[in-house]
Amino acid sequence: MENRVVRAKDLMNVSQDPQNNVVLSMRGISKTFPGTKALNNVNFTLRKGEIHALMGENGAGKSTLIKVLTGVYPKDSGQIFVDGIEGEASIHSPQEAQNLGISTVYQEINLCPNLTVAENMFIGRSKGARVQWKSNEKRANEILSNLGIPAQADQELSHCSLAVQQMVAIARAVDMQCKVLILDEPTSSLDDKEVQMLFGLMRDLRDRGVGIIFVTHFLEQVYEVSDRITVLRNGELVGEYLISDLPQVELVARMMGKDLNDLADLEEIGQKKTASEAVVYEAENLSSSDSRPFNFMIREGEINGFTGLLGSGRSESVRAIFGADRVTGGTVKVKGKAVSITKPHEAMKAGIGYLPEDRKRDGIISDLSVRENIILALQVMKGFFHPMSRKETEQFADEYIKALKIKTASQETPVGSLSGGNQQKVILARWLLTHPDYLILDEPTRGIDVGTKLEIQKLVLKLAAEENMSITFISSEIEEMLRTCSRLIVMRDRNIVGELTGDELNQSSVMKTIAGGGQ
Amino acid sequence: MTVKNPEVSTVRRQPMSNTKLLMLIAIGIFVFMYAAAMIFLGKRFLTVQEIFNLLNNNAYLIILGCSLTIVMIGGGIDISVGGVVCLTAMSVAKFLQFSGIEGPAGVALSILLALAIGLFFGIEQGFLVSYLGIQPFIVTLAGMFLSRGVTTMVSSENIPIKHEAFQAMKKITLQIPGVLKLELGAAIALLILLGMYLLLRHHKLGRSIYALGGNQQSALMLGINVKRSRFLSYVISSVLAAIAGYVFIMHASSGKTSIGLRSEMDAIASAIIGGTLLTGGVGNVFGTFFGVMILTTIQEIMAASKVQESYWQEIASGAILALFILLQSVVLAQRGKKVQLQGRLKAKKE
Amino acid sequence: MRQKTSIRRKQDLSQLIIPLAALGILVLFNLIRGIVIGDLGFFSITTRVNNDGNTVLAGNLISIIDDASALAIIAMGMTLVTAACGGQDISVGAVGAISGAVFVKVLDAFGLDKISVGSILIGLFAAIAVTIVFTLFNGTLVSVFKIQPMIATLILFSCGRSIAYMITGSATPQLNDKLINAIGKTIPGIPIPTPIFLVVLMALILALIFKVTNLRLYTQTVGINQGAARLNGINPMVIKLLSFVILGVCVSLASMIQVCRLNQLSHKTLLDAIEMDAILAVAIGGNSLGGGKFRLSGTILGAYIILMLTNTLNDMSVKPESIKAYKAIVIIIIVIAGSPAVKQKITAFWKRIHSGSRKVMAGR
Repeated sequence: MENRVVRAKDLMNVSQDPQNNVVLSMRGISKTFPGTKALNNVNFTLRKGEIHALMGENGAGKSTLIKVLTGVYPKDSGQIFVDGIEGEASIHSPQEAQNLGISTVYQEINLCPNLTVAENMFIGRSKGARVQWKSNEKRANEILSNLGIPAQADQELSHCSLAVQQMVAIARAVDMQCKVLILDEPTSSLDDKEVQMLFGLMRDLRDRGVGIIFVTHFLEQVYEVSDRITVLRNGELVGEYLISDLPQVELVARMMGKDLNDLADLEEIGQKKTASEAVVYEAENLSSSDSRPFNFMIREGEINGFTGLLGSGRSESVRAIFGADRVTGGTVKVKGKAVSITKPHEAMKAGIGYLPEDRKRDGIISDLSVRENIILALQVMKGFFHPMSRKETEQFADEYIKALKIKTASQETPVGSLSGGNQQKVILARWLLTHPDYLILDEPTRGIDVGTKLEIQKLVLKLAAEENMSITFISSEIEEMLRTCSRLIVMRDRNIVGELTGDELNQSSVMKTIAGGGQ
Repeated sequence: MTVKNPEVSTVRRQPMSNTKLLMLIAIGIFVFMYAAAMIFLGKRFLTVQEIFNLLNNNAYLIILGCSLTIVMIGGGIDISVGGVVCLTAMSVAKFLQFSGIEGPAGVALSILLALAIGLFFGIEQGFLVSYLGIQPFIVTLAGMFLSRGVTTMVSSENIPIKHEAFQAMKKITLQIPGVLKLELGAAIALLILLGMYLLLRHHKLGRSIYALGGNQQSALMLGINVKRSRFLSYVISSVLAAIAGYVFIMHASSGKTSIGLRSEMDAIASAIIGGTLLTGGVGNVFGTFFGVMILTTIQEIMAASKVQESYWQEIASGAILALFILLQSVVLAQRGKKVQLQGRLKAKKE
Repeated sequence: MRQKTSIRRKQDLSQLIIPLAALGILVLFNLIRGIVIGDLGFFSITTRVNNDGNTVLAGNLISIIDDASALAIIAMGMTLVTAACGGQDISVGAVGAISGAVFVKVLDAFGLDKISVGSILIGLFAAIAVTIVFTLFNGTLVSVFKIQPMIATLILFSCGRSIAYMITGSATPQLNDKLINAIGKTIPGIPIPTPIFLVVLMALILALIFKVTNLRLYTQTVGINQGAARLNGINPMVIKLLSFVILGVCVSLASMIQVCRLNQLSHKTLLDAIEMDAILAVAIGGNSLGGGKFRLSGTILGAYIILMLTNTLNDMSVKPESIKAYKAIVIIIIVIAGSPAVKQKITAFWKRIHSGSRKVMAGR
């Protein structure tokens, strides 16, 4: 009884006395993979009722730390203590982590699409052998309506949108009365409104005393909801900070371990952007199975961007340009000549390159080597009957591994074993090798670390300035687009609703155009 | 929040799940085929007993269908079942004929022998597939070779069973005099069908098998013991195959090395016709039941329409299988599009 | 530079470790057994004079390589289909029967008693053409309708032999001719069985295709990530269909070899159950049955391993019907040795020994 009173008091005094409220403590965690030391003697502390951002570049060890905590990977050394458990906690499987009150919502939605919403919320949790369909569905409906999630308990999950699926995953974790809730990039597939809904939920849970570990690449979001930040770099702990003690610029500096002169560099190159008058690509009433008819053109050496909310049709539009979806109509001119582009192959022949939005699904050929991945597009353009010699491909691969600073053990390493940012560079190398006149980059910086992000932005500016390449750049971060693009095409509801250039290129006017005049 | 209500109301008109739709198509086609047989071939097909004959003659195939359905829902495949049927049937025949243990004790022991064979194959294959991560096709291919090879070591001659207690059990039938007659084996098959339905629908293990067939990685993250679930699915499959072997020998009462030849393919075909996807996660034992009925009805129809050459039967089965495979792929593609579109409309609204 | 090539070689060969080890163990087993029973006849290669009066090579090793010919050729095609489609064609035996039926039907049309090089060539081309039609049926189901290969090919698996029966009827025509023997057995003056040359020929043709085209890169790309392949300008449908066309050629060739070896056609037993052995050869060769990267040399080794095993068991006077059981045990051992779980343990073990020895060296 006394114990409970003390706990309640602790709960109220979270901010005053954080030391005694530790819900999770990881001490001296190390983990080695073949070739890399993913974690080296890392400490991490999570307190009751806080939102704790775990930050770091790709390869810093965030995911590994989380996977060690949830029992996906066994740790090499170190200890984990969980509130309410005497001594060291032994976690060897996600099931054990779950039993200890540690729940995870992963970036890739880890639910089963062929089961119902209710099942996805309750499977793997019940003690009895019999599935309690009725009570599960009733309870699920309660939780769903409580959290304002637009789904029905008896609906098959595959019939829900991605955003709703994500929220179902969170609802599951919420219902598990978890002490520790891990959100691994939960916002990457949500639009702004849904993000706000999620943040509301996170704050609500925090107030109930749940410790939340929040992993994300969106810096603004960190500052919006977090109380505390732990920064990792190269598998080592940099430090733990209160959010008020660490300005955004400092955070980036800690994550990258270097000063932010790069940002200044970027601005400098950014000033040089000028486009000639020659039109490289022009489409009239172009439409595909997934996009509505639209007009579009890009000049030589120009960088433009498609922006809009998730689902606004920005990706679908560039896919139509590249012929990635079934093209249903419209006329296309490349350098003034009318051409037909209905397949990726034809687009490539016309001098267009396309870096897809979903790197894993549409980009890398994971089991093939870095070399083969780099030369793939060029090889296809040369044709089925004209294979390049081994030596030639090795030279090309070597050249681009050096030029883009791709971190790989060798040319023959399977690309799937590289980090996300390096995989992205490999795909970029693949298209640069074809020397396209017009390069489409759909979310080239998504899910990769800040350092590589800057590198890619710089590269984009350089390509346009020095090689006169026309580039379409799409990113979820408006700031990034404002920095690189000289013209922004704004989309809403799968229609182009505005085009911004020159002085209009600022955050507020972009927001206004996205939101539309009526609101 | 104002959007919420219309949203929920659109959700209510939810599309039917793939499992149900594919099964309904199979049932529809079976009814249509049977009705056509009644109208054009008449007489035989007009009696209720004809349906029961289908059950009596193909009880073992219904059980095999269940076993394949479970494995396939879990995203696996088991091509050893035909061999296990044969090995069980032959071993039971040899045991009953040559062990000299008479009476019910002999029968009881023979049942235990059958189950032991099933358990052995189930545990071996389940372990290799689930705990060592070897491709199920290769593991069960080895199982098929092993069971067929060992069968010839048990005996390469035909063994007719004259065991009295066994013959007595074989004669047990459920019947309404003059109307219908259901053999014990068929009754067992129907019980197993029901049992497997309950397992898949209402038992934790069944749902875990669906989950791991739907997305293995997710199933793991959801806290399901993926390895154990998969292991058990193979154990169930082999044990059912052994039971099927026993049911077969009860019907045929003579052991042969040709028993169950290619029956694994018939079972896979039945499961597919009934709407089970080899990719896993979708399927239903009742659908498989109708798959078996469709395949066997075709054979009956061919026989009744006096097609002499047996190869026409095979070609007809092949054609109906082709039809269903195509139908399945078209239906799934269409639905895939529809679901995608709905998702997009919804994204637009939000 | 030297380091680079050593890395390359290491990766290239790692896939062959298991088939090579299996082959080594089989050879060793026979060697020991030969020494124990005091008869190394298993390895002896002699010459004998055959019925036609030709001097030919004889002995277990020759007959193993000779017997494996049809299997090796089909398994090569199966490797490509597996790599591109991530699944297997289980109808190759049945389609092989159709091919054989067409071949014999054409020969019959010219007269079975006056077989000429011309009629054989026409027969072979007709058989290839018809076979490709059937494999393309499978290929279309797989690539256009996106049906899993095993399911798609289940159709012809179950009714292919009936189609073969429709072509030739119930007769099992006998083909006793010098030219037929020259294909199925030996060419006068050449002591090595012709089927062995045909395997080499097929392997060389495929090697040449890989040399002058991008088939290998495209097939692997499609097998690993079809969507990405399309976005890089590769048409996955065409590549998959192409793999089925090549399989069709392989099946026809293998079917002809088998008809000529047996001097007769039987739609029921021609290439019976070869699909299982072919898939097995692909797997023993270290190729993933899930598609992607592949190695033809591994597959060919796999085919020889299967036949060597069969032959060894025969030599130990195991009943022919029971050989399957032993084969199963060997398969299980091979797949366990090659399984991810065991592989991991072995590499960990190696590393420990390696680092241990390195420490010892450093200590010195």
